Amino acid sequence: MDVVFNQAFAGLSIASILLIIALGLAIIYGTMGVINLAHGEFVMLGAYATWALQTYAGLGVVTALPLVFVAVAAVGWIIEKVIVQRLYTRPLDTILATWGIGIILQQAVRLGVGADSRFVSGPHWLSGNIEIGALVMSNYRLFVIAFSIMVLGATWLLMTRTEFGMKLRAVIQNRGISECYGIEAKNVYSVTFAYGAGLAGIAGALITPLFSTIPTMGTGLVVDAFLVVIVGGLGSLMGTAAAALLIGEVTALFSIVINDTLGRIAVLAGIILLIRFRPRGLFPSDIRH
Amino acid sequence: MKRREFLGHAGAFGTMGLAGGLSVPALLSGAGRAYAAGDDIPVGLLFSLTGAVAVVEHTLHDAALMAIDEINAAGGVHGKQLRAIIEDPASDPATYSDRARRLMIRDKCVSVFGSYTSASRQAVLPVTEQRENLYWYPTLYEGRECSRNVMYGGAVPNQQQDILLPWLVENFGKRIYMIGNNYVYPKEENNYCRILLNELGGEVLHEEYVPLGHSDFSSVINRIRAQEPDVIFSTLVGDSDVAFARQYRAAELDPEKMPVCSLTRSEVEVKAIGGDAAAGHFSSAPYFMSNDTPENQRFVENYKSRYGADSVTHFVSEAAYFQIYQFKAALEKLDPANLSPTAIRDAAVGMSMMAPQGEILIDPNLHTHLWPKVGQWQSDGQAKVILQSEGRITPKPYAAYPGQDCTGDGLVKS
Repeated sequence: MDVVFNQAFAGLSIASILLIIALGLAIIYGTMGVINLAHGEFVMLGAYATWALQTYAGLGVVTALPLVFVAVAAVGWIIEKVIVQRLYTRPLDTILATWGIGIILQQAVRLGVGADSRFVSGPHWLSGNIEIGALVMSNYRLFVIAFSIMVLGATWLLMTRTEFGMKLRAVIQNRGISECYGIEAKNVYSVTFAYGAGLAGIAGALITPLFSTIPTMGTGLVVDAFLVVIVGGLGSLMGTAAAALLIGEVTALFSIVINDTLGRIAVLAGIILLIRFRPRGLFPSDIRH
Repeated sequence: MKRREFLGHAGAFGTMGLAGGLSVPALLSGAGRAYAAGDDIPVGLLFSLTGAVAVVEHTLHDAALMAIDEINAAGGVHGKQLRAIIEDPASDPATYSDRARRLMIRDKCVSVFGSYTSASRQAVLPVTEQRENLYWYPTLYEGRECSRNVMYGGAVPNQQQDILLPWLVENFGKRIYMIGNNYVYPKEENNYCRILLNELGGEVLHEEYVPLGHSDFSSVINRIRAQEPDVIFSTLVGDSDVAFARQYRAAELDPEKMPVCSLTRSEVEVKAIGGDAAAGHFSSAPYFMSNDTPENQRFVENYKSRYGADSVTHFVSEAAYFQIYQFKAALEKLDPANLSPTAIRDAAVGMSMMAPQGEILIDPNLHTHLWPKVGQWQSDGQAKVILQSEGRITPKPYAAYPGQDCTGDGLVKS
C-alpha cells in the first residue's frame, strides 16, 4: 500500500514537470498553430540561464526564476520577430524553421558553454522530505508541483481576465476581424510566443537540480510535452493539465507494475489508442478554425 | 550488434576470397611500403568532438593528443615525429566506420585510437579487420569480444567486479539491487555479477533497466525504498547516472545504509552530480584522479596546465593517454623502415609499463592487465581509494561464458 501512495506522488511529480513544460508549448501551438520544435531548447536555455546566474551571480534557483523567465522570453520574442512571424501563412514550414532554430541554439550553447554536464545546486531550504507515515515526499518536488499549479492558474487568469487575454482569444477566433477592430495581431502573437518561451525557461530552471544540464536535454522533453498537448487537445489549458496528470500517473503506474522501459512503450501505445478514438484529444477547444 | 559482428566477419572473408582470386601480392606489398614512407608516423585519432558522446570523447581526445605532443616534444620515436590525424565522427557509428576507413586507407595510419561506446567500436571493427590495421580502444566494456586487431585498454567485467563483489557482500550485505541503462554493457555486467553473487550466496532483489537518457527516477527510488537493498549496483551511464544520483540525494537515501556502487561513475559524472550528492557512494575502476603515484601526478599536472585547472582526468582518459605510450613503446621495438599494424601489435604483446594507475601489461589476448580499485566519493569531487587489488588482474573477456576463452590465437571454444 505504501508503494501505491509513494507512486501516486511520483506520478504527480512527473505530471508537474510535464505540465510546466507543455504549458508553454500548448499556448504557442494551441493559439498560433505553430508547431514549435525549438521548445525543448527553450527549456535547455532556461536551465543554462539558471546555471549561469548561480555560478556567476550566486543566485539560487528560486531567486533566479523571474530573471530566467525574462531572459528566455526575450530570446523567444526575438526569434518570433525575426523568423517565425514570417511563416504564419506557411504553418508546415514553421516546423522546419523551429527545428533548425533548435539545432542552432543547441550548438550555440555547446560551443559557447561546452558540452559537458553542468552542476546546479538545488535550494537548501527545500532539501529534505516530508514524511507522512510511509509516504515520503521530497520538498523540492512538492515545490515544483505547487509552482506548476501556480503557473497554470496565472496563465488561466492571463487568458481570461486580462485585456491581453481577450485580444489573444479574439485573434485566435478570427484574426482578420480582430484586426478590423484595431487589435495588432502581430504584437499579440509576439507576446504570446515570448510568454510560451518564458514558461519553457522556468521549466528548465525548475528541473536543473533534478536532471542533468546538457545541451541536448531539451530533445527528449519536447517529445513528452507534445504528447501532453496532443492528448489534452489543442488550445485547451485544462486539457493540458488533465493530460499531464494522466500521463504522469500512468507512467508512474506502469513503471512500477512493469518497468520503465516497457512502461514507456505502454504509455505510447495507450496514447496511440486514445488519439485513434479521440483524434482531437481529451478536451478539444470548441473554436472553429 | 550481433549483426555487425557477423557483417564484419563476412566482410573479412569476402576480401580474403577476393584476394585469393586476384593477384594480391602487388596490393599487399604496396600497402607495406606505404606504411614506412614519410618522415613522420601518421596516427589516427577518431574521437567524437561533436554530438551526443562528445562530452566524454572530447576528454579522451584531449588526453591522447597530450600524450602525442609529449612524445614529440621529447624527440618522437626513432627520431620521427608522431603526426596526429584528427577525424570527428560526430557520435554516429556509420561515420566512425567511414572515417576509420579514411584514416586507414587514405592517410595510411599505422594505428587508430578512438571510440568510447561499444556501438562505435563495433562499427569500426569490420574496417579494421579487413584492412589488418590496429584500433586502440581505451574504454571499459562488456567483454565477449576477441578481435586480433583491437587493443583493449579498459577493464572487462572480471576486472571491475572480482575484488568488488566479495567486498560489497562482506561490508554491506547480500541483497543487491541492479539498475542500469538498457543496452549491452549493463546487461553483460549484471550477468557476470549474478555469477559472482551465486558463489558468494548473494541475492538479486531486482534487476532493472531504464532507457538511455532516462531522467526521472522517482519510481526507481520508490522501489528501492520499498525493497531496502543492502547495495545498489549501478551501471547507469552519463546523464541518467547524473539524474539518478541527484534524485537519490534529494530523496535523502543514506549512502551509509544503502550505498550506490557504480561501475561507470567517474570524476566527470561526479563533477556534474555535485560533490555533496556523490559523497559516500562508491565506484569500481582501475584509476581515480586522486591516485598517488608519480606517473599520475605528472599526468594530472600536465592535463590541468594544458586544459584548465578545473578539468578532470578519469579512468577512460587515463587509458586513452597510456595507450599512446604503449604504442610508442611498441614502435621503439621495431625497425622504423618496416612498420605495420600487425608488427606493432605483436611487439606490444607482453609489454609492461608504468601507467598513472600502476604497472600495466598487455595480455596476448590484446586486453590489458589492470589494477582495479574501489573508491569512495568525497564531497570535493574526488575519490578516496579504500580497496586496492593485491596484484594486477588478468583480463578475461569471456569470464561469464565457460568453455570460451580469448587467447593470443583469437577466440578458443572448448
